[in-house]
Amino acid sequence: MAAPQNGADQPLLVADGLAKSYGRLVACRDISFSLYPSEVLAIVGESGSGKSTLLQMLSAQLAPTGGRVSYRMRDGVLRDLAGLGEAERRFLFRTDWGYVHQDPALGLRMAVSAGANVGERLMAVGWNNYGRIRQTASSWLERVEIDIERIDDAPRTYSGGMRQRLQIARNLVTEPRLVFMDEPTGGLDVSVQARLLDLMRSLVNELGLAAIVVTHDLAVARLLSHRVMVMKQGRVIETGLTDQVLDDPREPYTQLLVSSILPP
Amino acid sequence: MNAPTYNFAYLDEQTKRMIRRAILKAIAIPGYQVPFASREMPMPYGWGTGGVQVTASILGPDDVLKVIDQGSDDTTNAISIRKFFAKTAGVATTTSTEAATVIQTRHRIPEAPLRAGQVLVYQVPIPEPLRFLEPRETETRRMHALAEYGLMHVKLYEDIARFGHIATAYAYPVKVNARYVMDPSPTPKFDNPKMDNCAALQLFGAGREKRIYAIPPYTSVVSLDFEDHPFTRYKFDAPCALCGAEDSYLDEIVTDDKGSRMFVCSDTDFCEGRQAAGHHGSTNAAPYKGAA
Repeated sequence: MAAPQNGADQPLLVADGLAKSYGRLVACRDISFSLYPSEVLAIVGESGSGKSTLLQMLSAQLAPTGGRVSYRMRDGVLRDLAGLGEAERRFLFRTDWGYVHQDPALGLRMAVSAGANVGERLMAVGWNNYGRIRQTASSWLERVEIDIERIDDAPRTYSGGMRQRLQIARNLVTEPRLVFMDEPTGGLDVSVQARLLDLMRSLVNELGLAAIVVTHDLAVARLLSHRVMVMKQGRVIETGLTDQVLDDPREPYTQLLVSSILPP
Repeated sequence: MNAPTYNFAYLDEQTKRMIRRAILKAIAIPGYQVPFASREMPMPYGWGTGGVQVTASILGPDDVLKVIDQGSDDTTNAISIRKFFAKTAGVATTTSTEAATVIQTRHRIPEAPLRAGQVLVYQVPIPEPLRFLEPRETETRRMHALAEYGLMHVKLYEDIARFGHIATAYAYPVKVNARYVMDPSPTPKFDNPKMDNCAALQLFGAGREKRIYAIPPYTSVVSLDFEDHPFTRYKFDAPCALCGAEDSYLDEIVTDDKGSRMFVCSDTDFCEGRQAAGHHGSTNAAPYKGAA
């Protein structure tokens, strides 16, 4: 796996004592960690363990009940996300961050052509030249292995795997430093999953992206991530290097999780 | 003349006050959509209930009113609104753009340049330019607040990708005073340049959607475009068959069932004025051959 690169001694994202409760129902409690540039962190756990809630808090879409999330801006200053204005937060979301949804329909504009889907973020930051936008969009479609012929087709005419790859291209076009992924391979068949994982792995390596991947699929964690956090009932019960956690699980729950994988 | 059962200009004074406040706010923030408590009017939605309420609120006894529908003074909608105010307010009405102080319009801006002191009132069906791109009203309001208008260019991008040029021909989005993106109601984009730096006050009323917005006199109004696909006004295939005008907005009229057609000015007052001044067109002149 790629070693962390320049300026990597300072964390990119810091979660400190994060907690979220809905009345008496506690979704997450006391979660702290740091994510470094170019590092891929997988959050694994069963349904209802608080993974998605955590991801939403980390990406500032959900206000935590307790604790805080800080992010190192491009100017090198670590800032509390709760202290950002809405405009700054939304700007961050469409430039320096990416968010890959499990359901591509949430992350794409299904009725708008693929080219415009990729170009939207560029136009949002003020690109005003049709030719350049289209050129950039087509080069990104090429990178995610979508046939250029289909640039003017709407994603609703795309297959599930193509939609997911288009969603990735749409997110990466502004060269973000951090990408959140929520079950990126969910609902895809196995061969398409494999191809997508392969693509994501090479893109993450090439661009030196940091990523937080939420998944219940340990194979995804093993292929993509450097580090794994195992969650159960809103707590992080085990954390460590991916191969270490998956090959030599310490907690009984993690052992159960690892042993639940059917041998091929 | 004033029918005793109506208050001046139909609406009660409290309502007019409320609408005037909305108008003042709209003028203070050019292009911003101000919500207002739209009333039921004695006409169906889509017939200009918003425009009528704005006109009723700004009309004074000395005003001279002109009403146009698609540029024409003599269509049903224009005639009934003109009669409505003649009856309920007793104001003088006219078909002359020059003589009018208040002009209520649907779809067109008169060809004759407007002057300071005139007010142009637009009837607006859909005030939200982002409506068909982002269906959530809460989201579009936030986008206006934060001036996030990348999405508007997505629409223009789609046009070029599909048709090779920006094919939006009416309700062409504009940026007002370098801040708010605004839908100029379904006016043809031919009229967009007339909004820029206009001497007259322009008010927009959307009755069903309960929104009022405005362009104060001498405000910059820029049609959105791309560097490599700039905004263009289209040119028609022929001059006006009645007055020979080559620089006005024309309607295409089918004259028989054998494919004959003629092009005439959509602005009837402008066309009649030119004919009175001795200009003549010819039905044989149309159309220009080989026009794309």
